[in-house]
Amino acid sequence: MLSVRSLFTEYANEGGGAVKAVQNVSFEVPEGKLFTLLGPSGCGKTTTLRSIAGLEKPTAGEIEADGRLVYSSEKGIFVAPNRRNFGMVFQSYAIWPHMNVFQNAAFPLEVRKLRKKDIRERVMRVLHAVALEDLADRDATKLSGGQQQRLALARALVMEPQLLLLDEPLSNLDAKLRDRMRSELKRLQRDLNLTTVYVTHDQTEALALSHEIAVMNEGRVVQIGTPRQIYEQPSDRFVADFVGSTNFIGGTVTALGDGCCVVSSAMGEIKAHASEGVDKNAKVVVSVRPEDVELSETQPMASDVDTVCKGTIQAKDFLGDYLDFHVKVGDVVLLAKAHPSLRTPTGDSIYVRMKADKCVAISSQ
Amino acid sequence: MTQAVERFTPLPAAAPRFDPKWVMIGVPVALVAWLALVPLVFLVWQSFLTPQTAALAAQYTLENFRTAYLSSDNIRLFANSLQFAVGAAVLSLVIGTGLAWMNERTNTPLKTLFFALAIIPLVIPGILFTVAWIMLGSPKIGLINLALQRLFDTDAVFVNVYTMAGMIWVDGLHYSPMAFLLMTATFRSMDPALEEQAAMSGASVAAVARRITLPLAWPAALGALLILFVRAIESFEVPALLGLPVGIHVYTSSIYQAIHQYPSQIGLAAAYAVTLLLTTSLGIYAQTRLSSQGARFSTITGKGFRPRTIDLGGWRYLTATIFMLYFLVIVLLPFLVLVWSSLQKFYSAPSWAALSRVSLDSYRAVLDHPQFANTVWNSVVLAIGSASTVMLISAVIAWIVVRTRVPGRWMLDNLASLPLVFPGLVLGLAIMVCYLYLDIGVYGTLWIIFIAYVTRFLPYGMRYNSASMLQIHKELEESAAMSGASWSMTFGRVVLPLLKPGLLAGFIYVMIVSIRELSSSILLYSPGTEVVSIMIWELWQNGQYVELSALGVMLILALFLLVVLAQLAGRRFGIAET
Ligand SMILES: Nc1ncnc2c1ncn2[C@@H]1O[C@H](COP(=O)(O)OP(=O)(O)O)[C@@H](O)[C@H]1O
Ligand SMILES: [Mg+2]
Repeated sequence: MLSVRSLFTEYANEGGGAVKAVQNVSFEVPEGKLFTLLGPSGCGKTTTLRSIAGLEKPTAGEIEADGRLVYSSEKGIFVAPNRRNFGMVFQSYAIWPHMNVFQNAAFPLEVRKLRKKDIRERVMRVLHAVALEDLADRDATKLSGGQQQRLALARALVMEPQLLLLDEPLSNLDAKLRDRMRSELKRLQRDLNLTTVYVTHDQTEALALSHEIAVMNEGRVVQIGTPRQIYEQPSDRFVADFVGSTNFIGGTVTALGDGCCVVSSAMGEIKAHASEGVDKNAKVVVSVRPEDVELSETQPMASDVDTVCKGTIQAKDFLGDYLDFHVKVGDVVLLAKAHPSLRTPTGDSIYVRMKADKCVAISSQ
Repeated sequence: MTQAVERFTPLPAAAPRFDPKWVMIGVPVALVAWLALVPLVFLVWQSFLTPQTAALAAQYTLENFRTAYLSSDNIRLFANSLQFAVGAAVLSLVIGTGLAWMNERTNTPLKTLFFALAIIPLVIPGILFTVAWIMLGSPKIGLINLALQRLFDTDAVFVNVYTMAGMIWVDGLHYSPMAFLLMTATFRSMDPALEEQAAMSGASVAAVARRITLPLAWPAALGALLILFVRAIESFEVPALLGLPVGIHVYTSSIYQAIHQYPSQIGLAAAYAVTLLLTTSLGIYAQTRLSSQGARFSTITGKGFRPRTIDLGGWRYLTATIFMLYFLVIVLLPFLVLVWSSLQKFYSAPSWAALSRVSLDSYRAVLDHPQFANTVWNSVVLAIGSASTVMLISAVIAWIVVRTRVPGRWMLDNLASLPLVFPGLVLGLAIMVCYLYLDIGVYGTLWIIFIAYVTRFLPYGMRYNSASMLQIHKELEESAAMSGASWSMTFGRVVLPLLKPGLLAGFIYVMIVSIRELSSSILLYSPGTEVVSIMIWELWQNGQYVELSALGVMLILALFLLVVLAQLAGRRFGIAET
């Protein structure tokens, strides 16, 4: 449905030079899917989204939506934002303070010169969908954060956009409300089958909502994949580190098989999944999530794809629904997430098991 | 449905389509360039020409500049202008700083009255303030002299406003509220912790003020001084009314005189005007540099934090007295003397005999004056016309400057602010010359005054509009574009309504300053196109003091009403102060 090809966008900075905000970004979003741009602040997510919207003019590349080129540097095409028919929810929500709820939501239809009756009907339908129909006459300035967010969404949806663009729509809400709005947003997107590009710096949000995620860093896309792929098989150290917390263990590949390898490290040999670009004798880091570091007081069963070793508990933190254990194995301190039922005291030794498909060897060259 | 159609018929994006945006942007840009630049060019050109007479066409010459720079009088002129402007600026600054410190940092009583001061220069036009001070301080009829003479039973002259010192006093006093506002802003932007720290270290109130507050405020005070200097060197009313009769000339009054000789020396006036323009440009340039540098070192902290005020103890009665004296000389005495004189048949000092002759005849005379209705009409039409034009043009320009990335937009910003360097009289002269040569039928009509007002007040409009534009989050506009609105729809339905409070406040402000404008109108009016301030000027020239006072009192009341309206509108639409 949406396809972005080799997109470059720059800003002029004060000195007259150029800030390369987006560099060579390409991705495809199939019809009805929610695609997320995930990355730390300043990595170019908003710029990418605004380029798709037409609010920034890219320097090179191509953007096509539903078979229609809206931007192409080669063919000299640039469709103005108001002719693209994309709905957008801004980070600030951009609710017009001089209009009430109804007028805000009706604006896109009014500029399309629909008949009054149709406008009324469609606005009330969309306000109903976001549970604001009772507040239609309220001043837009008298809405809570969550209500503003829903109004912004309603305004974007009322025009039945080809594509929905969301820029950190939950970041202005408090934590509780954020969780609720997240599931509501997901339900709405799935129900209406809206093709959506979603921007966030919050990995939990990205993992929970998306069909597919592109992780960005310094203006480039570093990995595109399903939430599971991104989490379990990060393609590089940045992704592994940014998406959830992880242990990094440095080492050298001693044996390489079909998609798996053996890494010799300061905590012994580790059997791991080999990501792309990993060769024999290459220096790698092995990334393993804390919840995939299994602890037990008794020697665990080990198949030949597991790594099992013995360590000492250095410290532990009680965090309510789980415990963080710092376990020293060889010269390496591993972070492990364990169920509160594990009560081994600090200083005792403990067994560690890591499954090979949960350990990802990433080239560190 | 419409969406479905749009969805499947891609728009020919690159096709050359007519976009009203470019007209709406292009017209104001062209207009501003025309308003700000063309008269300037004509002014400079004129300064190199000999006077044109019926017999002799104008010729190129350097004579004007020779007269303006090399004649022996020139040194005097230059020294006088400088002495007057520096004197008035320093006086304003000293008074203003003292008041601002009292108001911001001490527990002086009567504080609510302080901000009422801010509107004084707005509601009492320069010409009325000067006339009032003539009635108070002239050696022959001045009430202060009469009172002191009666008290001490002598006929010595105590005060005389027809001197350089008198000119400095009247002009500096009139603009001291402006200094007060500038310095108040400075005190507010200073971190109070710096002063509190000094107090904690054991410094006395006076020591804190002298060793910490003033040194910190110094760069801003210098900036304020430059602003006040530029304002004073542009001043026309005081030098014309107080200086000319006793032969104390400054640049503005010399320009006026050069025009009003026969044959009129427009070239010489233009040469003076160019000199004056260079001075004001230099002053404003220095001030801009200073304030952009100051911003780097400024100690602005979290907003809305008012420091604990210093308890002056018994001294606060002294500061309150100082304040009351100040209030007396800047508001009460000038206004009351005008009221008094307006109630007489011919001007006389207050006495029991005079009190028995109190009447409203002068008001009747003014209202029955053959020019009165036409003059008021002219003023009102000009005020409304120029205020709406200024606010509309500057809204578009502020939008371009603040919002777009059109290359060269900084130039547009500077262009729209350029009229700030034009003293009113110089602008009047430039426009007069310009439309004398460009015969498009505006010379001698209200239109030429309208052009002068629009040019002169454009920078004010810019200030109001850019300030409110900066407060409108740009995503509010972008979301209109994403909703499918064209540029003109976005501007009309989102930008303008959001600008409304600023527009309204700016509109009233420009109206007020247009009504009291004298210095550029004075070279541009002709019979039938007089405005109220010109009528006051003519009454003064004719010696009709009581009628002048009556008209003045009515004008002050009308302006006061407008200011109150502006404040109410401000509160209603949520803006702090005009
Ligand atoms: N209007 C702008 N002018 C200049 N630089 C900008 C502008 N907007 C963003 N940038 C720069 O572009 C880069 C990407 O910004 P952005 O896309 O907003 O990041 P994100 O949304 O991922 O936090 C940053 O380095 C930012 O400083
Ligand atoms: Mg962003």
